Amino acid sequence: MATSTTPTGQETSGTARPIVEVDSVVIRFAGDSGDGMQLTGAEFTKASAVAGNDLSTLPDYPAEIRAPAGTLFGVSGFQVQFAAHEVFTPGDQPDVLVAMNPAALKTNLPDLVTSGSVIVNTAAFNAHNLTKAKYEHNPLEDGSLEGYQVYPVDITGLTKQCLVDSGLNAKAIDRCKNFFALGMTFWMFNRPIEPALKSIDEKFAKKKPELAEANIKVFKAGYHYGETAEIFHQSVQVKKAEIAPGRYRNIMGNSATAIGLVTGATLADLPLFYAGYPITPASTILHELSRYRGYGTTTIQVEDEIAAVGAAIGASFGGSLGVTASSGPGIALKAEAMGLAVSLELPLVVVNVQRGGPSTGLPTKTEQSDLMQMLYGRNGESPVAVLAARTPADCFDCAIAAVRIAVKYMTPVVLMTDGYLANGAEPWRIPDLDDVDCFPATFRTDPEDFFPYQRDEATLARPWVKPGTPGLAHRVGGLEKDALTGHVSYDPENHQKMCELRRDKVLRIQQELSPLEVNGEREGEVLVIGWGSTYGSITKAVNGLRETGAKVSHVHLRWLNPLHPGLGDLMKGFGRILVPELNLGQLVRVLRAEYVVDAVPLNKVQGKPFKVSEITAAIEALLEK
Amino acid sequence: MGSEIKLKKKDFQSDQDVRWCPGCGDYSILAQVQKSFAELGVNRDETVIISGIGCSSRFPYYMTTYGMHSIHGRAPTFATGLKVSRPELNVWVVTGDGDSLSIGGNHLIHAMRRNVNLKILLFNNRIYGLTKGQYSPTSETGKRTPSTPLGSVDNPFDPVSVVLGAGATFVARSIDTDTKHLQEMIKRAHAHQGTAIVEIYQNCNVFNDGAFVQITRKDVKEDRQLRLQHGEPMLFAGGTRGIRFNHLGVPEVVEVGPGKTPLDEVAKHDETVGSPAYAFTLAQLRYPEHPTPVGVFRAVDRPTYDDAVNEQTQAAIAATKSRNLLSLWNQGDVWEAE
Repeated sequence: MATSTTPTGQETSGTARPIVEVDSVVIRFAGDSGDGMQLTGAEFTKASAVAGNDLSTLPDYPAEIRAPAGTLFGVSGFQVQFAAHEVFTPGDQPDVLVAMNPAALKTNLPDLVTSGSVIVNTAAFNAHNLTKAKYEHNPLEDGSLEGYQVYPVDITGLTKQCLVDSGLNAKAIDRCKNFFALGMTFWMFNRPIEPALKSIDEKFAKKKPELAEANIKVFKAGYHYGETAEIFHQSVQVKKAEIAPGRYRNIMGNSATAIGLVTGATLADLPLFYAGYPITPASTILHELSRYRGYGTTTIQVEDEIAAVGAAIGASFGGSLGVTASSGPGIALKAEAMGLAVSLELPLVVVNVQRGGPSTGLPTKTEQSDLMQMLYGRNGESPVAVLAARTPADCFDCAIAAVRIAVKYMTPVVLMTDGYLANGAEPWRIPDLDDVDCFPATFRTDPEDFFPYQRDEATLARPWVKPGTPGLAHRVGGLEKDALTGHVSYDPENHQKMCELRRDKVLRIQQELSPLEVNGEREGEVLVIGWGSTYGSITKAVNGLRETGAKVSHVHLRWLNPLHPGLGDLMKGFGRILVPELNLGQLVRVLRAEYVVDAVPLNKVQGKPFKVSEITAAIEALLEK
Repeated sequence: MGSEIKLKKKDFQSDQDVRWCPGCGDYSILAQVQKSFAELGVNRDETVIISGIGCSSRFPYYMTTYGMHSIHGRAPTFATGLKVSRPELNVWVVTGDGDSLSIGGNHLIHAMRRNVNLKILLFNNRIYGLTKGQYSPTSETGKRTPSTPLGSVDNPFDPVSVVLGAGATFVARSIDTDTKHLQEMIKRAHAHQGTAIVEIYQNCNVFNDGAFVQITRKDVKEDRQLRLQHGEPMLFAGGTRGIRFNHLGVPEVVEVGPGKTPLDEVAKHDETVGSPAYAFTLAQLRYPEHPTPVGVFRAVDRPTYDDAVNEQTQAAIAATKSRNLLSLWNQGDVWEAE
C-alpha cells in the first residue's frame, strides 16, 4: 500500500481486529476470462467511488471471449487504485492480488509489491489447473509464496455451501464465486455494501431473479467471512479524497465520449447522426449512443467501416452532425472517405479508440501507435484536425471540442482515445449548465451571391447549406474544385491554392486554443511532452521528481494537429525534451520535424500503459546527463 | 413534390459542359432523367443526386439539383446517411456496373436488404470506361481487354439477379436509346416507396461499342426483347411468340397463335408476386436463348429503412421524460462530494 500503515487501534462492532488507515491501495482481481473479473472489478470501483475515494482503473483481458479455462493466456484482470488523494494512474504494482486460479496467480504475481497480499481460491489449485498453468509444484505448498501475505480461502467450496439450497445447478453456483471474493474485499477495505447490493440486484433481477438472489447471498457471505473467519489480521480504511465539491459519477472513457458527443451536438443545435460497425475497443461508443435515441440521436449499425463513415458524411451533407468511431484497422478502411470529407469540407467527427497494431494486433490492449495514421494516413495533401483525450473523463471535454471545431471550421476532426481510456474509469465531476457554452451551427440560406467555396475570413470555413434550401442547389465532389464556385477545376494554380487553403484552415484552429498548461516552471532541465492516455503516469512521475527538487516540467498536448502555437517557445526553455509514447516514436518525430529539436523518445509497446517508475527512470537518466 | 412554376427539361440542365465522349449512351440517360424530372414536377431544391466514381458518376455535375460526386463504390452509403437523416429529401444514386457491382457490391446489396428509400440508376455498359477499357463484373466471359488479353475467365453478374437475391423491392431494366421506355422506368422508380433500382443498358461507343446491339437494333428488337407489362401476357415478336412456364416452373419460348400455343397458356406478368423467385426466373432469360426482358421485374411493398429508423427515434423521444443535458449527465450512480 502506498504509504506506511499505522494501526489506529480503533475498534468497530463485530470485529476485534484493528482498522489500518492508508493513503492508497492498488488491488487487482484476476481469474479466468469467464470468472467475471471485469464485473467484480467494476463493482469494487463503484463502491470506492461512492466511498469518496479518487480512483483509476485498468481492465486487462484477453481478446478471446472465453479462452480455454485455466490457461495462462485466458487470464482476465481488473486493477483499480483508490486513494485519499488525487489519483493519476491505476498504479504500477498491486498491493493486493485476488487470484481465482493458478494461472491468474502465475501471470500476476510478478507485478505484486514486495510483501503484498494474495487472496487465492484454494479449490482451484488442483492438479489439472496446476498443469494448465505450467506449475510443477503447488505454489501454495512449496514455499514459493514466502514473503507475501497469503490468504488461502476455499472460495469455490464456501460458495457451494452457501448456495446448497438455492436450486441452482452446479455450473450456475460456480459462476457466483466471484461475488464471494468481492464480498471479502469489501470487508477488507471497509467498502459500503449497500451500493453493491443494489447494483447486483439491478444487473440480474430483470433477466434472472434467482441469480440476483444467489449473487447477493454469496456476496454477503464473503463479506461476513472476512469479518468472522479471522484470517485477515486487519481491515484497511482509505479515507475520502479531497476532491472538488460537486456531483460525481464514475465514468469510463467510451461513455464519456458518447455523452460528450450528444452534449456537443446539443450545444451546436444539431441532430447527432452516428453510424458504426462493431470493433474492439470502440463498440461501446455505439452501444452507449444507442441508449440516447430518446435525445434525438440517430444511431445505425451498417455493413462495414466504410459504410459507417459514408453514412456519417451523408448525414453531415444533410445538415446533421455526422460521427463515426472505430479502432485502427477500421480507421484504415475509412481513410478514403475521410479524404472526401476533407475535400467536401463538411463537419465530421471520427473517433479512433486505439489498440495494439499493426493489422489485427492486440485488439484488447492499449497503444498509441495510430498518431501517424491519423495525421497522414490519407492520399494527397489531406489535413484533418486531431486531438487526443488524456483521461477517461477528459473524453467528454474532448468530444465537445471535436464537435465545436468540426462545425466551426467545416472540417473532419479526429478524436483519439485508446483502449486504456475506453475501458478505464474515474470519478467524473458532472458539469453544471453554466460550465458549457453553446456554439450553434449556422446554415447559409441566402441565395444572393452564393458560392459553395467562398470562405469565412476568420476561419476559412466554407458555408454549410442544407439540401432543401431554396435557390442554393449546388454540387460537391472529390474532384478538385474551383476555389470559389466549387465547379470541377483542373487548373494548376487553383489546385495549389486549394491545397494551401485546406492546410491553412486547419492551422487556423490554433486561434481557438487556450494557453498551454505547464505542470512546473516554464524553464528547467527537462520538459516532458506527452499526449493522450500517458497523462496520468507522466504527471505522477513528474510530480514525484519535482518534490525532490528536480527541474522537470510536463506539458500534455491536447491538439496534435494543429500543434499549439506556444509549444516551440516553451521547448526553448529546457535543456532536454523527453517524449514518452506507447509506440516506437511518433509524436517525437513530428516534434523533431516541426521544430528541429533533439527530443528524446521513451517508447513502450507491450499493450500496457507506462508504469510511473519507467517514466521516472527515463527523466532521471536525462537529468543526470 | 410539385413546384409552383412548371419546369422544363432545361431547368434541370446545369451550366457545366458535359464531358462524356461524343456518342456515349450517358447523354440519352441524362436527357431522359431531366425530361422525366420536369414532367414529374420534381423540386430541384429537394432533390439530391449522389454518385460514385466512373463515367456515369459525373452525372450530378450536369444536373441543377443538389449533388455529391463521392468515392468509388460508396454512393449508397452517403445516400443512406442522407436519406435516414433527411427523409423528406428525394435522393437518387447514379452508379455504373464497376462502381456498384465490383468495388461497391457490398453497399448495393445492403441498400436492397434494408430497403432504404433511394432511387438507383445503374448504368451498365459492361466495361470500365474511365480507366480505358478493362473488363467489368458484367462483361461476358472471354472478354478481351487490356487487362485480359487472353480473354476474361470469370462469369459475369446479372445486376437484376443480384439485387433480387438481396431483397430488392423494385427492380427494372431499360435501355439508353429507348427514350420513352426509359422515362417510364424512371417515373416508376420515382413513385416507388423503398429502394428502386433501374438497370440501364448503356452503350460505351469507345471501349465496348455495340455491347447490346444484338437486342437493341431497330430491326431485331421486337424479336429479341420481352417487354414486361404488369397483367399482360408475355409476348414478343409482334405477338407471335410468348413465354410459357412448364410444369417445373421453367420459362420456355412458345409460338403463339391458331394451331400453335393458345394465348391463354402464355404467362401473364405479375410484378407484385411476393416471392422474388418469380422475378429471378425472368431475370435468367436472355438473348440468344430467350428474349431479354426489359421493364419492371418486381414492385412490392415493404417498410422502408429510413421510416423504421425514424419511427424508432420518435418513439424513443416520446418515451424519454426529461430530455436535457442535466438528465443526460446525471445517469447511473451519482454522489455528492462536499
